[in-house]
Amino acid sequence: MAKKKTLKNDDIDEKKRLELYNSQYLIRVAEQRAYDLFLENLVKGTSHLSLGQEAIAAGFATAMQENDKSFCTYRGHAHTLARGASVVGVLGELMQRDCGLMRGKGGSMHLTDTSKGVMGSYAIIGAHLPMAVGSAWRAQYMGHDDVATVFFGDGTTNIGAFHEALNYAVVYKLPVVFVCENNNYMEYTPIESITAVKNPAADRASAYGLDSIIIDGNDADEVYRTAQAAYSKARSGEGPSLIECKTYRQSGHSRADPGAYRPDGELDHWKKNNDPITRYRSRLIEFGVKKKIIDDIEENVKRLVDEATEEAKSSPVPPEDILTTNVYANGGWAWRN
Amino acid sequence: MAQLTYREAVAAGIAQEMERDETVAFIGEDVARAGGVFKATVGLFDKFGPKRVIDTPISEQAILGAAMGAAMTGMRPIAEIMFSDFLAVCWDFVANEMSKSRYMSDGQLKCPLVVRTGNGGGSRFGAQHSQSIENWAMAIPGIKVVAPSTPADVKGLLAASIRDEDPVIFFEHKSLYAIKGEVPEGEHVDTLGTAKVVRPGKDATIVALALMVPRAIQAADKLMTDHGIDVEVVDIRTLVPLDMKTISSSVAKTGRLFTVEENPRLCGWGAEIVSIVVDELFWDLDGPAVRITTPHIPLPAADNLEDITIPSVDRIYSKILDVLR
Repeated sequence: MAKKKTLKNDDIDEKKRLELYNSQYLIRVAEQRAYDLFLENLVKGTSHLSLGQEAIAAGFATAMQENDKSFCTYRGHAHTLARGASVVGVLGELMQRDCGLMRGKGGSMHLTDTSKGVMGSYAIIGAHLPMAVGSAWRAQYMGHDDVATVFFGDGTTNIGAFHEALNYAVVYKLPVVFVCENNNYMEYTPIESITAVKNPAADRASAYGLDSIIIDGNDADEVYRTAQAAYSKARSGEGPSLIECKTYRQSGHSRADPGAYRPDGELDHWKKNNDPITRYRSRLIEFGVKKKIIDDIEENVKRLVDEATEEAKSSPVPPEDILTTNVYANGGWAWRN
Repeated sequence: MAQLTYREAVAAGIAQEMERDETVAFIGEDVARAGGVFKATVGLFDKFGPKRVIDTPISEQAILGAAMGAAMTGMRPIAEIMFSDFLAVCWDFVANEMSKSRYMSDGQLKCPLVVRTGNGGGSRFGAQHSQSIENWAMAIPGIKVVAPSTPADVKGLLAASIRDEDPVIFFEHKSLYAIKGEVPEGEHVDTLGTAKVVRPGKDATIVALALMVPRAIQAADKLMTDHGIDVEVVDIRTLVPLDMKTISSSVAKTGRLFTVEENPRLCGWGAEIVSIVVDELFWDLDGPAVRITTPHIPLPAADNLEDITIPSVDRIYSKILDVLR
């Protein structure tokens, strides 16, 4: 008989719990700051926030080892921050300043910090799934022990690359973890209204011989445990996992979207009853973490984000001489002699 | 020197690089056990085994994406897209991903990979298996574009492409796979971004690529024999980087420029070269620069129709004669 799951919820130690809270709280404050900066017209272009989805980024990143690789979508600020990328670098890139992670050459949708294992954020739906598969192929080929994690939204499950990548990863038993953040909406359209199955990722898992895994994506502990299991499976050569995390996007799809398509009361319901940060904070207290420790975490995060904001604001725009650098590997852009 | 076919030179180039570099591996549809549908990769599976020479599902996006993810993290993969027409189903990876990741990440991401693909007409396969699409690739900043015309160039330029730090789209011409030619013995590595004068001449310059190179040479020989017109033929070999120095010095010498292109008319690579020549060498020209191309139509399957579509030796010969007379 299978072992009964622990109900005590005490398999994660306090240190780890505080890490998980810190990570979620940092994402929350930084994303809110990104929104404020957008209102001040300091964040240019577009931006896609993960407000309400913080537990997924925090849970997976906390379960990763240092050499693991993350592949993100344009909604990738959270995953980039969760891997430890500098807040100045992230906010600076959103503000398209010289201090940005990519010096303003990529922008909000393409956050990359290879020094932290963030192998890029991709803005063409589905494209980064096969790339994560390729990173996993390299790990298997070269005998490395890193796992590739690829994060994507519910809408991605209806594009071809999703299916190609899953089949490919299973065929070659590659160490890659596919993480669907099901936030209920494909941009402005309810995902259930345009998908043949109820659970857009999990209900497709059986087509690729994978377990159907659905978790509460707003519970960082559950995310963390599920991630650990998937990483240990991948590292022991048992191949890929597909995990559907149920969550809710509290912000619009992008900065241009006020979310008018939501039924009345839905957003309030999620904010009030199922906000990952509120839930996790209560749990910390329930498990006896001193309020002072939580307050300190929150204050530190706010200070960090405030300082990063000021630093990014005072950073110059990128110098014009980087316009034509790094097109090719020789550093330049020459296409002819 | 060894006599190799163009298709044998493909396998020889890959084998040479796989022997010297463990990080080189090769993926594609039917490329391993079957040796490729054009038999261009025969023997590689037996020599290097299933770890390094891998049959994939029909999943062009997964093939290019996997190659890219591996290249970003330390390998030098070679990915085959069986027919270049099929690049359209995974063009995102060429147009948006491998070509832009280095720039968008300001140099954090690298992508040293080669996409090999069977390009071009002459096989009566119809409109979806016969196109010359090198001009599509040329339009995208951030990738390199190679299209050899001889077995020696196949081996040497393929080796150079595999060693290159940038993503390279390597167009092999399907109608050239059977041709034979001398290939240097031992390690052979050529240089990307170098065109070659393959037939010296003084009266006019033809710039050609891939299958159009042997046709241009034959037309030039006939023009010499029949009319004493001495035409120089430049094989571009790599569209990006483009060796304008070789092209320009030839045009400066002859005063006349003809491009012979298999891609359809609009926005073919010849248009770019003509535009550069008109910009930079206008006063060296003794007459109009003329493009000889496939007309702007899908390719037909019937042999008689396909033969009058793609520039032939006769068409090149007649057009040049008309213009110069």
